[in-house]
Amino acid sequence: MSADRPTNTSPLLITGADLAGAGTGDLLVVDGRIAGAGPDAADQVPEGAQRYDADGLVALPGLVDVHTHLREPGREDAETIETGSRAAAAGGYTAVLAMANTTPVTDTAESAERIWDLGQRAGYVDVHPVGAVSKQLAGEELAELGLMARSRARVRVFSDDGKCVHDARLMRRALEYVRAFDGVISQHSQDPSLAGATACCHEGELSGRLGLPGWPGVAEESIVARDVMLARHTGSRVHVAHVSTAGSVEVLRWAKAQGIDVTAEVTPHHLLLTTDLLTSYDTVFKVNPPLRPQEDVEALRAALADGTIDIVATDHAPHVRQDKEHAFIDAAFGMLGLETALSVVSTVMVAEGRMSWADVARTMSTDPARIARLTDQGQGLTVGAPANLTLVDPDRKVVVDAARSKSLSRNNPWHGRELTGGIHLTMLRGRVTAREGLVWGAGA
Amino acid sequence: MCPARDQVSPGETAETGGRVVLAQAEINRALRRIAHEILEGNKGAEDLVLMGIPTRGVPLAHRLAAALHAVEGVDIPVGTLDITMYRDDLRSQPVRAMERSQLPEDGVDDKVVVLVDDVLYSGRTVRAALDSLADLGRPRAVRLAILVDRGHRELPIRADYVGKNLPTAQAERVSVRLVEIDGTDEVVISAPEGEGR
Amino acid sequence: MKHLLSIADLSREEILQILETAVSMHEVQHRDVKKLPTLRGRTIINFFFEDSTRTRSSFELAGKWLSADTINLTGKGTSVSKGESLRDTVKTIDAMGVDMMIIRHMASGAPAQIAQWTKCSIVNAGDGMHEHPSQALLDAYTMRQRLGDLEGMHVALVGDLTHSRVFRSNVLCLAKLGARVTLVGPPTLMPAGIGPWAQAEDITISHDLDAVLPTVDAVMMLRVQRERMSGGFFPTAREYAVTYGLTNERLSLLPDHAVICHPGPMNRGLEISGDAADAAQSLVLDQVSAGVAVRMSILYHLLSGEGSAA
Repeated sequence: MSADRPTNTSPLLITGADLAGAGTGDLLVVDGRIAGAGPDAADQVPEGAQRYDADGLVALPGLVDVHTHLREPGREDAETIETGSRAAAAGGYTAVLAMANTTPVTDTAESAERIWDLGQRAGYVDVHPVGAVSKQLAGEELAELGLMARSRARVRVFSDDGKCVHDARLMRRALEYVRAFDGVISQHSQDPSLAGATACCHEGELSGRLGLPGWPGVAEESIVARDVMLARHTGSRVHVAHVSTAGSVEVLRWAKAQGIDVTAEVTPHHLLLTTDLLTSYDTVFKVNPPLRPQEDVEALRAALADGTIDIVATDHAPHVRQDKEHAFIDAAFGMLGLETALSVVSTVMVAEGRMSWADVARTMSTDPARIARLTDQGQGLTVGAPANLTLVDPDRKVVVDAARSKSLSRNNPWHGRELTGGIHLTMLRGRVTAREGLVWGAGA
Repeated sequence: MCPARDQVSPGETAETGGRVVLAQAEINRALRRIAHEILEGNKGAEDLVLMGIPTRGVPLAHRLAAALHAVEGVDIPVGTLDITMYRDDLRSQPVRAMERSQLPEDGVDDKVVVLVDDVLYSGRTVRAALDSLADLGRPRAVRLAILVDRGHRELPIRADYVGKNLPTAQAERVSVRLVEIDGTDEVVISAPEGEGR
Repeated sequence: MKHLLSIADLSREEILQILETAVSMHEVQHRDVKKLPTLRGRTIINFFFEDSTRTRSSFELAGKWLSADTINLTGKGTSVSKGESLRDTVKTIDAMGVDMMIIRHMASGAPAQIAQWTKCSIVNAGDGMHEHPSQALLDAYTMRQRLGDLEGMHVALVGDLTHSRVFRSNVLCLAKLGARVTLVGPPTLMPAGIGPWAQAEDITISHDLDAVLPTVDAVMMLRVQRERMSGGFFPTAREYAVTYGLTNERLSLLPDHAVICHPGPMNRGLEISGDAADAAQSLVLDQVSAGVAVRMSILYHLLSGEGSAA
């Protein structure tokens, strides 16, 4: 089998893969679309088709991340749209949503279109900009949500992430306003008067012992509770970013039982890492919301498995070295996540029997695309859909090496850890973007 | 004064192994002789101060003071001089615990200080003691009284009053045991570990 | 022992060794020639990112009286925007070949992080709200001078516990020395998660100072910052003084043998009355005197002896 990637021009038959947990079969890709899927896809193979042996691999629809920070414009020393896209492709992603807290903030149609264009030019994944909810993320006045929605970037997800839309009246207006174009607000739930800018460690016994400013779970839960009631009152949908506590899960469970249109995401790190890691004051574990105790981690896993939490989103947050090499309370918040997300979910949820690969397809591709209202992604491995897919080696043992990342940054909490499951190949509309550690963009 | 324990005469092997070179009677005789020598050299007991170097220099200093009292009828002040902080080998040993230093009531300024220790060997302990004493005051003179001089000096230091001169091989061990600390009075030379007696 | 970052790193035996040596060091303080040659040739940097005249001069004297070369540096504080990372700042000094850095910083955990980045010995002189190990050791020394062995003694720690590094170090130190600890203060000034923590370490929590005082052998009053009023921790200085201050009236509740400690600086009239601060039972000045001796002992234990910081 050639070490080069298969070319885009001729049809491609991927054979012997487990199709998103639905059983072994083949996938036929012609002209960037799935032309056949299943045990009898091989019947229609045209003349000159390439073949790719995917025996032992799992085929998933291309992963979609609704929560990434690509740092461009403003902090291109930490990450650019190009380097972030490369990391995403290496992680099995075919689309990412880039958060708005750049410099300048993405709060106009023009700035949104620029990000879309840069992503397309790089050509590794579809980069969809998230629009700010409030001008300059100041939390006072609505940004031009409608114009961003009508732009070429077709913004549908709006978030002040990094900051919470804590003014209830502004959140209400935002929820109502985006209904006009089927948009959704993604809320970073953190009441600033309960967890201020210096809060950095789950408030509990450990924060007491270590003398670190506490970030109590109730600062998140009280906002989640308020927002689901606002969603009910306004008849809108709302999305909760990076859920981190068992209490938030309880609120979500109740809200969904009431028929409230709320969706929620969880990060890979909140599914596995706990607050105890902060004992060493290692700033690689400083993140917002903070790592929580084991009880919360267990509740999040159960919620993802039973659908109370809808999707996995990485909150990929690159930082240059010097922004992390400070005292813990002064260091920047955030961890890398794009390249390791699938492996973490595979290790924690699939290998432990909590989720199936079909569940992974739902929580990491189809449902994220649906929440973000993407038209070209997340349609599953179905005939006629764009050929956005990823092949996963479910048994591969990977010891994470931070130095081998495609990202410009190195704040990787998984360094040295062994994970089960790795990306074998990523394909964007029929063009291979990643294979065995190599990535290819547009014009490659 | 004979303690109630069994005493071993010189030449016999002590229960702990090695050769006894000074038994109790000889130790006390030596201290009495040193007391006479001190008084002779000082032309009396005036301004004399004894400073014992822990650990075993301290009980020896007290015995010497008792002997001086027996001869001259005078109470000689006795103090303790801890030298831990002044050692030159601190970094090649595990961290040492300090002992307490205790100056006699009238201090050491303008006194004739007699340092008292059990064994004189390389001379480094005495050097440290001289430095330590210098930080406590300014004696008029400093003398050195030693129970056993085993040779092998590494510094130009000599004792003024010696209980017994004991030529030794460097590999041999000299152990001084005193009733006040070890429950028995004897000075023992033993062969190095692992070799026959 | 290479670093002193936290009381948690010391065994009971090591604590007692440090306190024992401090007794001898204390005598040096009363001599004419306040000098021991022990640390001659060693270089100690007092790197204070957060200001403190008292602790810094205490450490400086300790180093100088042991004949070490000591230099005082002030850091730029937490202004991250000033450019140089904390790591670069400390590695620069470390590269000059110093034997020890004594660090005070307003961020909890900074000395531990610095110890990961440097080769020299690190002493924590107070990090944020986390610990102040030398303070706890000198507090234990001072209490033992008056009370003897602390095994089974009842010590109350009173005041703003949640923001106090003195409290955290003392709680650990007293536990290792076998003392029984009661924490007293308003609920708003108790550390988060104190419930499970107290249970695990057999510590009692009380909000009633009057009930606790007759039962103690030592009471340690912790400083309360007036700024805490604006954080909603307690309503007024007056209310705090009446409910949790060591007032003149409360002095008579203390058993005769009991001692009063305060790490300083004191807010006379807020957490401690003037009379209480100056009472015969008050060890406040003894604490200061002990501070140099205990710090000399710490420096001695870290910098001399084989296997110490090279």
